[in-house]
Amino acid sequence: MQYSILIYGAEGIFEHLGEDEQSEIMQAHRDLQKALEEKGPFGTAQLMPTSNAVTIKPLTDKNKKPVIVDGPFAETKERFLGFYVTDFLNLDEAIEFAERLSSPYISLEIRPVTWAGGTLSPDA
Amino acid sequence: MTQPDWLEIQFSNIRPKALAALTRQFRDLEIAEEAFAISCVRALKNWPEKGLPDDPFAWLLTVSRNAGRDILRKQSRNLGSQQSEQIETPEDHYIEHIDNKGLRDDVLRLLFICCHPALTLQDQSAVALRIVTGMSVDEIGGAFLVKQKTMEQRITRARRTIAAANTPFETPDLIERSNRLSTVMLMLYLTFNEGWSATRGETHIKLPLCNEAIRLCRLLLDLFPSVSELMGLLSLFLFQHSRWRARTSEQGNLIPLEDQDRTLWDHNAINEAHALLEKALRHGTPGSYQIQAAIASEHVHKRPSEKTDWVEIERLYRALYHIEPTPVIKLNHATAIAKTKGPFEAIEMLKPLETDLAHYRWYHSALGGLYEELRDFSAAINSYTNALLLNPTAQETQFLKKKISELENNL
Repeated sequence: MQYSILIYGAEGIFEHLGEDEQSEIMQAHRDLQKALEEKGPFGTAQLMPTSNAVTIKPLTDKNKKPVIVDGPFAETKERFLGFYVTDFLNLDEAIEFAERLSSPYISLEIRPVTWAGGTLSPDA
Repeated sequence: MTQPDWLEIQFSNIRPKALAALTRQFRDLEIAEEAFAISCVRALKNWPEKGLPDDPFAWLLTVSRNAGRDILRKQSRNLGSQQSEQIETPEDHYIEHIDNKGLRDDVLRLLFICCHPALTLQDQSAVALRIVTGMSVDEIGGAFLVKQKTMEQRITRARRTIAAANTPFETPDLIERSNRLSTVMLMLYLTFNEGWSATRGETHIKLPLCNEAIRLCRLLLDLFPSVSELMGLLSLFLFQHSRWRARTSEQGNLIPLEDQDRTLWDHNAINEAHALLEKALRHGTPGSYQIQAAIASEHVHKRPSEKTDWVEIERLYRALYHIEPTPVIKLNHATAIAKTKGPFEAIEMLKPLETDLAHYRWYHSALGGLYEELRDFSAAINSYTNALLLNPTAQETQFLKKKISELENNL
């Protein structure tokens, strides 16, 4: 089954870590990417801070243009920072891989994927 | 190491928002700062044992509020009026819900209070950095290249000035809010420029000013997500800051943009700067920072072979001059004109600025360059010599002297 590893944390923390700690975190990501690559295709992205986002509001009237507002969908204390998606044997394996990113600054949500298309399609 | 870094980082991330909320509650900066410091001490003891709370900000704020009330009680007890009460142990209490709407005006107010008009711009940013971001007097003095003792005196004086300020604590109306935003944005802009305008050997020392300006700008944009000038300001900061690793040589000399090693540029920052500018421009409400960001974006190319679009830059400077008709912007506009129309037109534009910019050395060095292009060598020598008399940095002196002696050989 495919699982996503969703990374949440406060924004603006990473930039203020010392260089050593920053490179330690980046190394954990590179190591994880390498390990995932050996398993098969995977998708990943690091997202810009939510201030860069715009949100298209639900369209209730098809004759109008949707309302676009600045900012993220929801004001949350922890922000969605980035994700990985790939095929894991089971939840335990997904957790085992995700744990490699653990640090005091982030929470990791493991969420199974119902369907994935594009390059992430299991048949791709 | 006295305390784990990760706690330090959490505290400094939370500090501006917590202090803002506490300042509104207690209407007193000193109590707010003391209360926050007490809550950090509690967290130092508590968090490593029990783990990070679900909402560290709410946790610290709840503990700070209790600590602040406790300080007030002690103060009034010293006045002999109040009975002492049992001090609450806040960790056991339900942690409050934070109202983001009120918070944004609190943060803005706190920064605005630091921008007291009686303070010099440098003192405004020094006191804002001390209070809002929690930088130490030592670090601030270092970044501004001012002796620690002097900086301490200045911050103490500035504190007294802002404590006497009577900024209203009610929610500001739209016009007042927008005035406060402009004032604070200008302070951040100047803080960043102070950090960025470092000369030989100073770039690394002054870097914290840029970092803190970016951080506060991010915080404001987070709280006021649809202010296009804030997006422009952050975009401008990021375009500049993306090049910090590439702008000095190993000997500490500044390297001009066109000679920089582009692989040292921070391309994530550049991408973000583009994204913010793109978003800002959607609003169709141009302003000085957005235009400056747009100009900066024209200078940032992945490859040196890509042509700089001087026609677009010239157009942008014209727009900027329209909003801010200052001689310095006219000077920049003229340098763009030199690229699109040639040095003759640029010199014609610069001549009327002679009195305004008589003491501005870049005026003279820019003129020198233009005369040189026109092959009017004696006028060029004259301008470079004028620049030389206006306290250039060691590096500029070297450059100007070299120019002058080359030109003298051509005479």
